[in-house]
Amino acid sequence: MNEQQRAYVLRSVEERGVRLIRLWFTDVLGNLKTMAISPPELDNALSDGLTFDGSSIDGFSRVQEADVLAIPDPDTYELLPWADPAAPEARIFCDIHRLDGEPFEGDPRQVLRRHVKAAHEAGLTFYMAPDIEYFYFEPVTPGAEPVPFDEGGFFDHTMNDVTGELRKKTIRTLETMGIPVEYSFHEDAPGQQEIDLRHTDALTMADSVMTFRLAVREIAARNGVHATFMPKPLEGLQGSGMHLHMSLFRGDENAFYDEGDGYDLSNTAKAFMAGLLRHASEITAVTNQTVNSYKRLVPNFEAPVHISWARNNRSGLIRVPIAKTSNPLATRIEYRSPDPACNPYLAFSLILAAGMRGIEEGYKLPDEADANLFESDDDELTKLGINQLPQSLNDALTIMERSELVHEVLGEHIFEWFVRNKQHEWKAYKTQVTPFERDRYLRSM
Amino acid sequence: MSDPSRLLAVVPDPASPELARTLDLAGYTWKAVNSTSAASDAEPDGGWAGIVIDATDDLDSAWSFLRTARKQHSVPTPALVLLSGGQLGELEHRDDLYDDFCLAPFHPSELEARLQHLLSADIEVQSADVVEYGVLALNLETYQASIGGKPLDMTYMEYELLKFLVQNPGKVFTREILLSRVWGYEYYGGARTVDVHVRRLRAKLGEEHANLIHTVRSVGYRFGQSRWDS
Repeated sequence: MNEQQRAYVLRSVEERGVRLIRLWFTDVLGNLKTMAISPPELDNALSDGLTFDGSSIDGFSRVQEADVLAIPDPDTYELLPWADPAAPEARIFCDIHRLDGEPFEGDPRQVLRRHVKAAHEAGLTFYMAPDIEYFYFEPVTPGAEPVPFDEGGFFDHTMNDVTGELRKKTIRTLETMGIPVEYSFHEDAPGQQEIDLRHTDALTMADSVMTFRLAVREIAARNGVHATFMPKPLEGLQGSGMHLHMSLFRGDENAFYDEGDGYDLSNTAKAFMAGLLRHASEITAVTNQTVNSYKRLVPNFEAPVHISWARNNRSGLIRVPIAKTSNPLATRIEYRSPDPACNPYLAFSLILAAGMRGIEEGYKLPDEADANLFESDDDELTKLGINQLPQSLNDALTIMERSELVHEVLGEHIFEWFVRNKQHEWKAYKTQVTPFERDRYLRSM
Repeated sequence: MSDPSRLLAVVPDPASPELARTLDLAGYTWKAVNSTSAASDAEPDGGWAGIVIDATDDLDSAWSFLRTARKQHSVPTPALVLLSGGQLGELEHRDDLYDDFCLAPFHPSELEARLQHLLSADIEVQSADVVEYGVLALNLETYQASIGGKPLDMTYMEYELLKFLVQNPGKVFTREILLSRVWGYEYYGGARTVDVHVRRLRAKLGEEHANLIHTVRSVGYRFGQSRWDS
């Protein structure tokens, strides 16, 4: 780490009277973890890192190798806008290392770092811009039906303004934290919002998604509202996705752009898409990691179901947005299956690696599927060679377990822990007897 | 007068015969090094008296060496760059990386005089501690910035970019220039990195002040008013 960057952080902490520094990192499932330290401890933490017991973190250490080292990344130093102005707080993301200094295999940020670096070595920078959806609910009482916030009763109009205000506040907060917002709007379902972030490199964006989820929830909670990134909170209504717009740059050139083929897509883009499509089923357990995720991936709610691509077909897994005028810098693809409850570091790593595999192996892109696939029956789709995404967490895990790509990308440690953890989740879910079953069978059988 | 016993770092290793001869005749003790890590390893206890860097063969590595060297020390080591007439344009907007330069091939007595001058005086802080532009103020000593009296919190790279822009108001910079001057050539991100950071800076400046950084279509960016605007 360079001396000036360190001096910059230490000096800012002093000048701004920061009382508490929150060291942030992420567990394997994508939960934000924090260790708070006081300013006098920061100097040492920046130079030598901070040792902590990793066995207390989901997916980090096995008992015999419990201690790990958190090393703050000084370029991620930001003040937390929601902290008490009288006692300012700052955050810094950390990379987790083993005590011998090597990157720790259980740290998702290190996994993404490794893949971003591999792409750099091939001369490529991976840019990401997510469209993140989420819901505002009335404060949740366990067991009760959740009530979307702007459906709260007689004051629809006023309530709408409240969620609009909340969204505006959230955007202002994100912007002061250096997370620029492209668009935002009220989504189709009651209480549902969408905020689209401007592109950055993949590692910065994964950090931004972590910050985003906290900021949205924090600001909502301060206003007596519950915000959730649960993929499908209400049946019969749209779920929340995290569509990912992405491009690869070689220096200043967009490696996805090539004029003249009608799509403005380069061979690199096509091979990348082919890689994503071929490995889509294998990476779905990570991009859609909950039991509930698969209730979003059903027909007729603008979520993808089939492994296909098209220009303006929102039923496909990959969409190629058409720019009004051909713009080399804006050429990109949109991967539509991930949901905002995923671990962004692991999801981005797998997406990048699947695309890069397509480029390295020269995969061939199948034809565009421009029909509305929701209306096609399964036989037609089979004839077209179009398969479906995994139908459940269990399916997704079974496919993931056989994937050499996912194993390689996540590394043995995370791969093994993730599969085991998620199989437990599936087993726990399988023992549930649902209202659906009682309604359907209790009286008739 | 400088203390001739203090060691000079000479880059690269080996030094050209002319340079070696000139330094020897002028009575300097010096050591040639090829990298900043070699320079750190060989650094005497009181620090290097100065750096003489011959950039005629590889200017990019010279800038990268100086940038790293400056980042390692809070008090910069005086640095003199040797470069050819054709490379003069590269000096622009790199004032923070060197203290003096001498054209190569050099005249031994000129180099000697420049070195003596460079090493005799404590380098004065070249810029004022506070740079202001309208409601925006940057304190270069404390790394703090404010806009309309309110603190503006930035990451290090955002701060460095804003500092560079504020110090050069009204001038249009291409992304490549900004990248090479603020990040350095060794940065892998490409000029798009500049766009990303400009967006972040604008977001932090807030709607009201975002337009302090203008996009100059198909060229790059300009901070503040154009010098041609009235």
